[in-house]
Amino acid sequence: MKRFNKISAAALLAFASQQSFAADITVEIQNLTHGLYFTPIAAVAHTADASLFEVGEAASTEIQMMAEGGSLDGIATIGTAIGADVIANPAGGLLAPTMSTSADLMTADDNVVLSVVAMILPSNDGFIGLDNWEIPTEAGTYTVFINAYDAGTEANDELRGSGEPGMAGMPVPPPLDPLLGNGGTGVAGADTNTTVHIHRGNIGDDSLTEGASDVDNAVHRWLNPVAKVTVTVR
Amino acid sequence: MQYLAKHYKKALVLTLPFLLAACGDDDTREVIVEVEVPAEVPDPVPVSYDVTVTNLTNGQPVSPPAVVLHSEGTLWEVGAVASVELERIAEQGDSADFLMLGDASGGGVGPITPGDSQTISVTINDITDANLTIAAMLGNTNDAFTGINSWSLANLEVGATYTTVSPAYDAGTEANTESAATVPGPAANGEGFSPSRDDTGFISMHPGVVSSDDGLSTSALTVEHKFDNPVIRIQITRTE
Repeated sequence: MKRFNKISAAALLAFASQQSFAADITVEIQNLTHGLYFTPIAAVAHTADASLFEVGEAASTEIQMMAEGGSLDGIATIGTAIGADVIANPAGGLLAPTMSTSADLMTADDNVVLSVVAMILPSNDGFIGLDNWEIPTEAGTYTVFINAYDAGTEANDELRGSGEPGMAGMPVPPPLDPLLGNGGTGVAGADTNTTVHIHRGNIGDDSLTEGASDVDNAVHRWLNPVAKVTVTVR
Repeated sequence: MQYLAKHYKKALVLTLPFLLAACGDDDTREVIVEVEVPAEVPDPVPVSYDVTVTNLTNGQPVSPPAVVLHSEGTLWEVGAVASVELERIAEQGDSADFLMLGDASGGGVGPITPGDSQTISVTINDITDANLTIAAMLGNTNDAFTGINSWSLANLEVGATYTTVSPAYDAGTEANTESAATVPGPAANGEGFSPSRDDTGFISMHPGVVSSDDGLSTSALTVEHKFDNPVIRIQITRTE
């Protein structure tokens, strides 16, 4: 009985420390893909009861803004509302294939989990997602491989178009402009699964002037994982 | 420590007669005897691993895997430019040059067909904290390869096994045209290694093969050659 109490006390202590320790961390994000770009990345340390996105649930308007157009404005608003510590746009723009970016973050006592999001291009509403990953309390270097999600908010037509939420098509920033085709007829209608889910990938086609898609099928497809997040806890 | 003690004893025995002789004389002499004992070289202790690679794909032969033990650094990694040694594996499945890298290595014999396994043994003397790197081509592609990058073996005890799976990587050295002329595997019997580079230039995750069935009209591949991650299973057992 005595022993049991000791164990419980230790467990409680561990639990308590996990719940309330500020952390001094570096977050590095690497684009592992062959041909996708990441829009400005948000790495957000927040409380365990908050969440930027949840698989199987409809994306928030703020996640939709990020996933359809790469805008972090909504994520910044959420960050302020939930008292998060936020790294915004560490790459200073797009993160090209296989490139890395990193930033330091001091987290507040209660911000014990980390979420990371950024839109993937070319896509209609694809994004890289790390969802409420518990920040370790022990100093060290930790690696997490993350997948591509579909926000479920826009039809994956794979056509040049708009990055505004609710507007069809994909935003096409300068580095992608010469790589994408024109004149596609459109790949797909609205998602069957309109909640956040694992992205099914681009189909693309092999024509720059016709076909169903403006995406190049030999360049802009991917297999998971698509990003590596390396967290160093000091 | 055992060897040191033995040497000390020998030296002591040799010194004693002089000391005894000195006792009988009037003047005390200090005699220093230097005894050179050749250091005994301990027999090298072999540290061996069995590495079993299983092909998890439907239609991709895995080229004979290169298994290399090395002390530091990486022989390939995502974001880096592929070495020519790696390019030879990724474009042709030829591991001869890659096997020369590092401190010890072992190469597979013949391709591993889908569903099949191959075990490669590799031995290094005295070093129990080597890093392990593996590379092998997915044969019916332009420059896809799989493997692991510099895994520390420091915590693998004798008799213990690590098991992991590996995804497909793209060497970034040859465009993924999937054309009959450029895919060396049995699906096309095209060209293998070519020194020219016409792709991203960096090692990345592989985007998968498209195939002619899925809309790449010039592809020599069919839906049979498509794959998803992971593509191989790796089991590493330390045998001694």
